Amino acid sequence: MTGFPSTVAERDAVDESGNALQRVLRKLAAGELGSLRVLIVLAIIWVIFQIANDRFLTAINLTNLTLQIAAVGCISVGVTLVLLLGEIDLSVGAVSGLAAAVMAVLSVKHGWGPYPAILAAIAVGAAIGLFQGTVSTRLAIPTFVVTLAGLLAWQGAQLYVLGSTGTLNINDETITNLAGVFLDDWVGWAVALVVIVGLVVTELGFRRQRAAAGLVQAPPVGSAIRLVGAAVALLGGVYVVNQDRGVPLSLVILLVIIAFFHWLLTRTRFGRHVYAVGGNDEAARRAGIPVARIRTIVFVLASALAAFGGVLAASRLQAVNQSSGGSDLLLLAIAGPVIAGTSLFGGRGSVWGALLGALVIGSISNGMDLLALESSVKFMVTGGVLLGAVALDAATSSRRTTGRT
Amino acid sequence: MTQAAVSPSGASASGGAAPLLKLSGITKTFGAVRALDDVALDVRAGEVVALVGDNGAGKSTLIKTISGAGPADGGSITFEGREVHIKSPQDSTSLGIAVVYQDLALCDNLDVVENLYLGREARFHNQPFSRMNEVEMEQHAIELLGELQVKTLASVRTEVGSLSGGQRQSVAIARSLLGEPKIVILDEPTAALGVAQTAQVLALVKRLKERGLGVVLISHNLSDVFEVADRIVVLRLGRNGGEYPATSDQRQAVVAAITGVSDDKPASAATTEVQS
Ligand SMILES: Nc1ncnc2c1ncn2[C@@H]1O[C@H](COP(=O)(O)OP(=O)(O)OP(=O)(O)O)[C@@H](O)[C@H]1O
Ligand SMILES: [Mg+2]
Repeated sequence: MTGFPSTVAERDAVDESGNALQRVLRKLAAGELGSLRVLIVLAIIWVIFQIANDRFLTAINLTNLTLQIAAVGCISVGVTLVLLLGEIDLSVGAVSGLAAAVMAVLSVKHGWGPYPAILAAIAVGAAIGLFQGTVSTRLAIPTFVVTLAGLLAWQGAQLYVLGSTGTLNINDETITNLAGVFLDDWVGWAVALVVIVGLVVTELGFRRQRAAAGLVQAPPVGSAIRLVGAAVALLGGVYVVNQDRGVPLSLVILLVIIAFFHWLLTRTRFGRHVYAVGGNDEAARRAGIPVARIRTIVFVLASALAAFGGVLAASRLQAVNQSSGGSDLLLLAIAGPVIAGTSLFGGRGSVWGALLGALVIGSISNGMDLLALESSVKFMVTGGVLLGAVALDAATSSRRTTGRT
Repeated sequence: MTQAAVSPSGASASGGAAPLLKLSGITKTFGAVRALDDVALDVRAGEVVALVGDNGAGKSTLIKTISGAGPADGGSITFEGREVHIKSPQDSTSLGIAVVYQDLALCDNLDVVENLYLGREARFHNQPFSRMNEVEMEQHAIELLGELQVKTLASVRTEVGSLSGGQRQSVAIARSLLGEPKIVILDEPTAALGVAQTAQVLALVKRLKERGLGVVLISHNLSDVFEVADRIVVLRLGRNGGEYPATSDQRQAVVAAITGVSDDKPASAATTEVQS
């Protein structure tokens, strides 16, 4: 083969060369199997920590891991949406802290019921997203700047809302249950089974529809591998956490949120338009897509998800204080999806990356805590993993571009 | 007087059919620059009109008056015999005029089907969050590309970013047809394409014509123009510089009209310009 293949047919012909393993490796390198790549990274991290400390892969520790990642995972879902547009939201950490503070003040000081208080927190997030999205689209200010200003301002608002007390302990059971309740063993099994059956039925229906329409089918092996993989992950996960306290409610909530946004992004016109705006906003505009509206909606969703992430974090801590939503939360919420292959340049990625990225980062943090390592080491290792992942992304996306003839 | 400047030979290529689109007396100024001055252009169904002229002659500006991207300052536009006012791209689209711009405006991260249907996705219900009907879109995409004999695509689910220039151009042209237009305007569709890919795109242009569409083709490449066009309209310094049938014996005359070297050309606006 000399030079680049000039047609897709030729390119595929090149892909057919070599054995199956080489083909998979090539696709891996080309970033096509992005989620598989991050799973491998995750597996490596788990093996390393398990070797270093045999308490790492125990039911109790893995359950703790899922509890630890629920809040940041939820925030990462919103960050993923923003990244898909090719934008950035630096305010998500501050928004989560402010929303949690609003919820806590309403619940503790004003005696609001749990649901109104949670809804108010989410509404505050949505309003902030609407404001930031509108300012950045109307005035054509980069979202980096608008949300950087937001990061400072909402942090200030959080201190203001909390007032002189500083720390508020949450004693409302409904709120603390979000992160403190576990499903009964049999409920966990039942949910897993229902989800698996749902996945199989959907996949079969999908294939039947395509067959009826006379469209080419992807090889059934692919479907089978994906379904078996999902089933093993679900059943295995339920088995493990049932050895301990059971399936955490917060994990179920996170998975439902991710599944919903995955559906929104891949099955609806809105989702398609998000990818289009992130890929080429001028093309999207000419296709009649209301680009500014799409951007604004995404910022509303991102801030609302950040707010709910703040609620989950407060529920787990059973308190809100001045540093809620601060520290490294923002950085980890952005690093997660990026590690899992969501492009910073927009248009490429999946909300499942929010979960996988949160798992990678959460595992590093959790494992280092088990080893009683300093946070200095923790930060440096997480930074290294992030840089490695982004370098891989940059290398593969430049390969994609130069691959064009 | 515009009509007088147009050589009568133009009518021979497409018979006496009434034009689908008729521009007359179009003017457009940018500050002190007269980009278009009393320009006329006819397009009939089932014919390819090539719009040629040197850099800055006003071709893109003229196209923008039709596409609504830059409405004319004066003059009249008739479409299917009715006088129309094109003030925005939406006006032009709803009349049935589609434009394929030179920069194509495709989303590299989306596949062929997704690009074809961008902004007009098929859905199961006409509600904000209804599911898209991927099967229907894919079927129609395959059908359309089949009709246009775009054969080099391995799969309509290939990302557009990985396609060749000719394939991308084919996708952009196919995309313009989904709105069922009556006129398709192509701005330099073969610029930057190799020999084989140019042939592929020119064949596609011929197929548009066979479908009964009026095609306006802007090109700097005269051999492409003579290969597919029925009629050649020359713009020179924002004015009509003559109109020629696309027969090979007209080549010298067209070149002369473009450059303004008027040896064998009848007197026209161009002769009054300064010699270049
Ligand atoms: N937006 C604008 N503002 C000012 N002048 C303009 C603008 N657009 C076009 N012009 C001027 O109008 C004239 C015609 O330009 P136009 O782009 O239509 O030429 P063209 O025939 O398309 O040239 P090319 O072959 O290089 O694409 C030029 O003198 C150009 O400088
Ligand atoms: Mg031009």
